[in-house]
Amino acid sequence: MTSNNSHYVAPIEETPLLATDAVKTDQAPLSLWADAWRKLRRRPLFIISALLILALTVVALFPGLFTSVAPNEGCELANSEGGPTAGHPFGFTFQGCDIYSRVIHGTQASMSVGILSVLCVLVIGVTLGALAGYYGGWIDAVLARLGDIFFALPLILGALVITQLPLFRENKSVWTVVFVISLLAWPQMARITRGAVIEVRNSDFVTAARSLGVSKFGALVRHVLPNALAPIIVLATLELGVFIVAEATLSFLGIGLPQSIMSWGNDIAGAQASIRTRPEIMLFPAAALSITVLSFIMLGDAVRDALDPKSRQR
Amino acid sequence: MVRFILRRLLQVIPVFLGTTLLVYYMVFALPGDPIAALFGDRQPPQAVIDTLRSQYHLDEPFWVQYGIFLKNLFTFNLGNDFTGQPIAAALARVFPVTAMLAIEALAIQAIFGVAFGVFAGLRRGGWFDSTVLVASLVVIAVPTFVLGFVFQLVFGVQLGWAKPTVGANADWGSLLLPAVVLGLVSFAYVLRLTRTSVSENMNADYVRTATAKGLSRPRVVLAHILRNSLIPVVTYLGANLGGLMGGAIVTEGIFNVPGVGNKLYQAVLRSEGPTIVSIVSVLVLVFVVANLLVDLLYAWLDPRIRYDQ
Amino acid sequence: MRDNEMTTPEIRIAEAGTTGIRPLLEIRDLAITFKTSGGEVQAVRDAHLTIMPGETVAIVGESGSGKSTTALAAIGLLPSNGRVSGGQILLDGEDIAHAPEKRMIELRGNTIGMVPQDPMSNLNPVWKIGYQVRETLRANGQPNGPDDVAKVLSQAGLPDAHRRAGQYPHEFSGGMRQRALIAIGLSCQPRLLIADEPTSALDVTVQRQILDHLDTMTTELGTSVLLITHDLGLAAERADKVVVMYQGRVVEAGPSLELLRNPRHPYTKRLVESAPSLASRRIQAAKEQGVETADLLAPAAEPAAADNVLQIQDLRKVYKLRQGLGKSSDFAAVDGVSFDVKRGTTTAIVGESGSGKSTVAKMVLQLEKPTDGRILFDGVDTSVLKPADLFKFRRRVQPIFQDPYGSLDPMYNIYRTIEEPLRVHKIGDKASREKKVRELLDQVALPQSAMQRYPNELSGGQRQRVAIARALALDPEVIICDEAVSALDVLVQAQVLNLLADLQANLGLTYLFITHDLAVVRQIADHVCVMEKGRLVETGSTDDVFESPRQDYTKALLNAIPGAKLMLPPEVA
Repeated sequence: MTSNNSHYVAPIEETPLLATDAVKTDQAPLSLWADAWRKLRRRPLFIISALLILALTVVALFPGLFTSVAPNEGCELANSEGGPTAGHPFGFTFQGCDIYSRVIHGTQASMSVGILSVLCVLVIGVTLGALAGYYGGWIDAVLARLGDIFFALPLILGALVITQLPLFRENKSVWTVVFVISLLAWPQMARITRGAVIEVRNSDFVTAARSLGVSKFGALVRHVLPNALAPIIVLATLELGVFIVAEATLSFLGIGLPQSIMSWGNDIAGAQASIRTRPEIMLFPAAALSITVLSFIMLGDAVRDALDPKSRQR
Repeated sequence: MVRFILRRLLQVIPVFLGTTLLVYYMVFALPGDPIAALFGDRQPPQAVIDTLRSQYHLDEPFWVQYGIFLKNLFTFNLGNDFTGQPIAAALARVFPVTAMLAIEALAIQAIFGVAFGVFAGLRRGGWFDSTVLVASLVVIAVPTFVLGFVFQLVFGVQLGWAKPTVGANADWGSLLLPAVVLGLVSFAYVLRLTRTSVSENMNADYVRTATAKGLSRPRVVLAHILRNSLIPVVTYLGANLGGLMGGAIVTEGIFNVPGVGNKLYQAVLRSEGPTIVSIVSVLVLVFVVANLLVDLLYAWLDPRIRYDQ
Repeated sequence: MRDNEMTTPEIRIAEAGTTGIRPLLEIRDLAITFKTSGGEVQAVRDAHLTIMPGETVAIVGESGSGKSTTALAAIGLLPSNGRVSGGQILLDGEDIAHAPEKRMIELRGNTIGMVPQDPMSNLNPVWKIGYQVRETLRANGQPNGPDDVAKVLSQAGLPDAHRRAGQYPHEFSGGMRQRALIAIGLSCQPRLLIADEPTSALDVTVQRQILDHLDTMTTELGTSVLLITHDLGLAAERADKVVVMYQGRVVEAGPSLELLRNPRHPYTKRLVESAPSLASRRIQAAKEQGVETADLLAPAAEPAAADNVLQIQDLRKVYKLRQGLGKSSDFAAVDGVSFDVKRGTTTAIVGESGSGKSTVAKMVLQLEKPTDGRILFDGVDTSVLKPADLFKFRRRVQPIFQDPYGSLDPMYNIYRTIEEPLRVHKIGDKASREKKVRELLDQVALPQSAMQRYPNELSGGQRQRVAIARALALDPEVIICDEAVSALDVLVQAQVLNLLADLQANLGLTYLFITHDLAVVRQIADHVCVMEKGRLVETGSTDDVFESPRQDYTKALLNAIPGAKLMLPPEVA
């Protein structure tokens, strides 16, 4: 047995050499967003939630398409807790109002509070979080402490105090609820943004951009923020659902939207009186609320899966 | 570790001061007569107004007022409510009930959330995982107050498994139904977080190394996967205590539990400003301290934290 | 061990006097399949190798060659989407390719041990080192008192083992963690140790110490070792036999030196030619083309004195280290460093992690301010540059970074990436910029079709070419390469180094090359600066430093190059 026997060489025709480092040309170019979109499109969870949200948006924008009864119209105590009749498929509330029309009109309040609050939280949270994470130093320290203070005030508790203020007690509207929610919820968005920005800010591509001559702020806007967007988008989608619940809870407690505005939270509070006798009065607004929240939570879940950096190909 | 505790303690002080200052400022220093503001549309008896004026030292400069407010807070000298009852005494009565409710809810969400999450995470993509995931989404989507009424109606009234309302004599058994309602939403979050954490850790290098050392599967799961997966879960449980307090207001209202939340809810219905401010301040204190405890637990679970920031 | 009734048809490598010993591990026709979203992928096919008792066998290959997958299959630790789809893995005659998990748990630890690749992620951060050793001993039925744990750790070369056992992984340096992992891998005296790139994450000098120690320990215990590595030089130096894998197949196998001196498969030949640790000469691409001599000597001849494009004078960088409550101490990352960089040449700064070499690069790039000292660019002190001048300076000095996955913005396609510097400096209009991008892609040998692609679609080498193209977009004079080829596979690394050499010859570029890899320095640099703990310990021409190093530290670095001492005929090396 010479050493030659042990020196094995694979037949060359079976192991052809490939060109070192050839470029693949068989696939269409794929940006990260296109990649995420492609993954998203294939998820049933996303399709269902997107369709539901689309439908809810239409209802919120054009309630007149679905009911001819105007808000708070035609309530007659004679109909109190009445069952379904022609033209009133869900029956009547304790006050004798048409449940179907109230549920339809309530969509607008929930959706607008949710969307407006998320927009406010995005503007405040992303701006402050990005500045704190990117520049660090005293800005970061001040914002961190400020965030801690608001963070120590749980949403419902904080809302209880704020809505007791004369300013808010007198003229409640969608905007006051949006203000209260945004004021108490921005720290979480700021935290997430700050973390995401810190993760990106030391990347080589940011340093590379800086050494190309891109200004410090320019690098934040052009390179850091776009790469920090994924967790921000995910949180924003999930918070839509959370804020809608918050509005309903505040309205339920009587410190949210005033009775004059149609809202599911108010309706559920009103239906308490009939809970033992006719629980279905509560069922309809509760179901509408739950389905809306579920749509946004499912959307957030699907978006998270699609944007998850761990599932990205390198 | 001692340095870590000291540093965290030092960090808690400005947070507590800042939060109470915020609350106090909003109520007493914004334009308008604070006393009138506290009562809204009602016209309180002059005697009550006078008591409040002296209690909050409204003639003094703002910082002195705030200092006295803090001193009162720490000495539990919280003043009287509209019926003339001292708020502190009422709080002392209702606080244990809420503590029981919160502990029970916390236990439910922690134990079941982690257990379900571990099973789902270990068999990611299996039938149990898929079922539990969809179910958890539904649970998250149904607001606590809707869930409360549904459970009250179904388990309390129709099935008769539990008393639909708790009433004056709250004990562990009668609090079970409200605790389930209170813990259910967080249970779903804990479950999902545990699941993600477990299935991520399963692919960690150190888990592979532990297996390569010849450890049995149960030991790998317990000592390496589970132990490490608990770290984010504990953080979540701590951060979520605030949510639990908010939920307690709703839950205690629905089930008529004589707790802090219910007290607060009654005060809100009656627009009793002083009571609200006092209770919220106390709750903020509890929340901050509880968060501190969770942070220490976190540091105990994750030795890296004690050294880094 | 001896089993004369056992008959196997294979021809075995049997050294004189040991006939009749059967292999400890024999892998036959192994095929491994992975389930991916795009269907089943065969990662390994027809792999075969034999390890005799006490022998060390190395599998060499690039990333994706299937070398680690093969080794993991041998200890039954394939990822959950992978499975052995054919062939046998015979451990002492027993086929363990499809052995039940219970049997594998019996074998792991005391029959087959493993030392994993990355010391940072392979120790559980929440348990003390001692606990992680003890649970290994306990699981394999060994005595596991505190003294046993300490003994295991001290055998792996950890001093003060009793105290060390009470510490957490994050209190250990990388080298110490790797020693702890070796301690764990060998704690139950396994008959086979699988060492998967056991030192690739460590500094070269530490790497050598640890490999030496591993050698000693396995020799004492008579353990067979299956060593996985990307470094042919290291494999040849440490193993009796080398198995070369390529695209999931074994392309060549044989005794180490024999294979190195006389590679037969074209892939192995390429690998031997490209392995930086084996090459002894500078890449001569330019000189061979005959272009260089005239072009490069001309500017050097014009000014009588040397034309120093960069002059670093007494550079110092001090960081404040926070030590808890308000206290802080000074830490000099760079301390009194001076050197010159001649136009049109390559100067390398070599050092291990923490030597301050990257901090020097950042200061030259004006991304960090020096605490003290001056950096002269073209005779002008860069510290007094006004913002407008700094902007102009950036056109003339460009960086290329280490991590080909981190240095390109994943949101930008290749066209936007390369065009960005032109846009920022407002050079040309849209059409002329596109023309320039196309030219640049040609220069770095990337097809123009790559323009619409995104970084995540390209390989590491291709990304590094894009980074080079971006750096060249502004026609700079100096390029700072911060570990620019360290993350690349050997063959790709050779390609990129050749590309850099060509570009230097054609464009008269000056390179400041920051690296930890002395082998690469020899291939590309004219001058070397060796840094240790923030100080410059030795400078000189590359040939001088390599032929006759003056400082002990430089000698240690040179000695640590794997395969440096292998006697290879010059026509191969």
